Amino acid sequence: MILGLGLIGWLTARARAARFDRGGRKRLHSLPAQHGWYVGMWTILPPLLFLAIWSAVSPSLVRQTVLQSPAAAGLSDFAFERDSVLAQARAIAEDPFAGDGDPLAQQLAPVVGATRTRYAWIGSAAAILLAFAGGAFAISRIRPDFRARSKVERTLMMGLLVASLIAIFTTLGIFVSLFWESTRFFEQVPITQFLFGTHWSPQVIDAKNPGASLGAVPLFWGTFFIGAVIAMLVAIPFGLMSAVYLTQYASATTRRWMKPTLEMLAGVPTVVYGYFAALTVAPAVRKLAVLLGDPFASSESALAAGLVMGVMIIPFVSSMADDSLAAVPTAMRDGSLAMGATTSETISRVLVPAALPGVVAGVLLAVSRAIGETMIVVMAASGAATITLNPLQSATTVTKQIVDLLTGEAEFDSPKTLAAFALGLTLFIITLLLNIVALRVVKKYREAYD
Amino acid sequence: MTALSPAPHKMSARGVSVFYGDKQAVKDVSIDVDMDKVTAFIGPSGCGKSTFLRTFNRMNDTIASARVTGEITLDGADIYADDMDVVQLRARVGMVFQKPNPFPKSIFENVAYGPRIHGLAASKSDLEAIVERSLKRAGLWEEVKDRLSDSGTALSGGQQQRLCIARAIAVDPEVILMDEPASALDPIATAKIEELIHELRGRYAIVIVTHNMQQAARVSQRTAFFHLGQLVEYGETDNLFTAPREERTKDYITGRYG
Ligand SMILES: Nc1ncnc2c1ncn2[C@@H]1O[C@H](COP(=O)(O)OP(=O)(O)O)[C@@H](O)[C@H]1O
Ligand SMILES: [Mg+2]
Repeated sequence: MILGLGLIGWLTARARAARFDRGGRKRLHSLPAQHGWYVGMWTILPPLLFLAIWSAVSPSLVRQTVLQSPAAAGLSDFAFERDSVLAQARAIAEDPFAGDGDPLAQQLAPVVGATRTRYAWIGSAAAILLAFAGGAFAISRIRPDFRARSKVERTLMMGLLVASLIAIFTTLGIFVSLFWESTRFFEQVPITQFLFGTHWSPQVIDAKNPGASLGAVPLFWGTFFIGAVIAMLVAIPFGLMSAVYLTQYASATTRRWMKPTLEMLAGVPTVVYGYFAALTVAPAVRKLAVLLGDPFASSESALAAGLVMGVMIIPFVSSMADDSLAAVPTAMRDGSLAMGATTSETISRVLVPAALPGVVAGVLLAVSRAIGETMIVVMAASGAATITLNPLQSATTVTKQIVDLLTGEAEFDSPKTLAAFALGLTLFIITLLLNIVALRVVKKYREAYD
Repeated sequence: MTALSPAPHKMSARGVSVFYGDKQAVKDVSIDVDMDKVTAFIGPSGCGKSTFLRTFNRMNDTIASARVTGEITLDGADIYADDMDVVQLRARVGMVFQKPNPFPKSIFENVAYGPRIHGLAASKSDLEAIVERSLKRAGLWEEVKDRLSDSGTALSGGQQQRLCIARAIAVDPEVILMDEPASALDPIATAKIEELIHELRGRYAIVIVTHNMQQAARVSQRTAFFHLGQLVEYGETDNLFTAPREERTKDYITGRYG
């Protein structure tokens, strides 16, 4: 209904603007349509804003009115009980057949319903009034020399600004809530114990000393080992080599189909990689381990997860390396070739060193992506928190543990659950730092060639 | 330039044409390059000077669409022959580009680049001697001797170009090709480059492309005037500038076009 009202307001405004425009077309500073938009905005935005505020405050107004009504006299004084009856009444008011419970609620329901309707009407009426007032105000301001165009631009700009701020504020909000939950965690567990403790077993937590089994070092190690070591051992050489091939050797036709194909790897849902890791790579790695003389090898290994993660990351490294190689001026390449260097000498001695900052930035971004990756480790790595250098053994990561902690059956403020937030915060900070460093490197590198 | 064989010239081009795809950029050009002379290529922009210059060290090989016909010899040997090693050729025929293009490495490493890839230095002190000698010949030594480990890209434009010249002469080439080496430089840096060309003459056969006729007159002994891919006139610089045989040359050097 509210939307309908908005539409009506908008249409009226348009009609009026159009009528006005037809009258004074010749000497208008701005185009008639721009005046129309100006009026339209004044007609729509204030009521919308009002309705947004209204919908936030009206429930409490309704509640107050209902509580003051004679029908509410019989309500209990206990806030808890009273609220439950009110909630029932609300439910019945919405759907008369929902109620079976409290007779008092049945009795209150019509009152609630009536009050709500009344406030809704008040709100809508006010909104319509505002729409008319805004429209009238806007129309009254239209003069031939009125700069509707710049006003409309300004409003549009504000709208765009708000849209872009939403993403930033969401990030901030996430950070704040993570931070908040984490401080609650650190009230129960000392931060040093969490950051430097080497024992992780959230399943068995000593209530007196929860920190003793919440030392996150094994998780950090596992994350680093899988995401930054094994995965990068795959992603860096393959990514770099494919970038070199694509920029230096591939013909235009090859490049045309190969580059998008490679970049498509980045679009494969990580769950699919997870399957691949768990069903194909992990058993193969296990067989390898058995061959190497460990008959009891687990099928969940750091190697399997890391390998697949590396494959997943290849497009990141490759496309960053590709961009930075392409950004190296051809003059550099020609200079080297003219010295009698071969193509491969030119690549390894001039192009790659010149592109190195960009490549490093790409690797940093790839690492930050890898350590935040969840699905593959959830599916292919185990929960065993061991600190090991043996890639055939199982290892676990921060993300995997967060999933385990939050899907377990624990109260929401037990150290075990809160640990998930602390882990999340740590991960967030690390990836943020990696990203910042990477972006700075890229920026400096860009400047070097401009 | 009359005798086709046996050529006493350092380099000779005979009937050279260059195509970019179907488009012919250089049309049937014959020219000689000699050890004790500086040869200048002049002509309006787009007439094929750079393209022709790049046939002398086969840099056109790096452009997929480029195709070269005709014959170019270095000490009598066809450089487009199958058994010609491009790596060796480019070590013997060095090149300096229009825009200074030092590598993003230290000054020392820039000059050491060629000797390293061609294995010219037996030891570190050997390499240092080569670098010093090359920088001295390029007239850059005094300015950079205390900061050889600074980045080559941090030098001024004129210094960068002299660094590129030092880089080219570090492998002891016989011929140096320069494609408008001073066109991106200010007048003082340009004067230094011209002075340097004077000093280098005799030690190397030098070919310089320039769109600046005064520069050609100042630095070269022989001049070739190109127009629309054709070699219009070719001869002693003094003659060509004072008594051009061709109408088009006259028009060009008197500034009627280009
Ligand atoms: N890489 C290339 N691909 C295709 N055409 C080219 C290329 N380089 C130069 N040309 C063309 O060849 C002609 C001669 O160019 P160039 O040798 O650079 O002239 P100049 O050096 O005398 O200004 C021009 O018409 C130019 O457009
Ligand atoms: Mg040119």
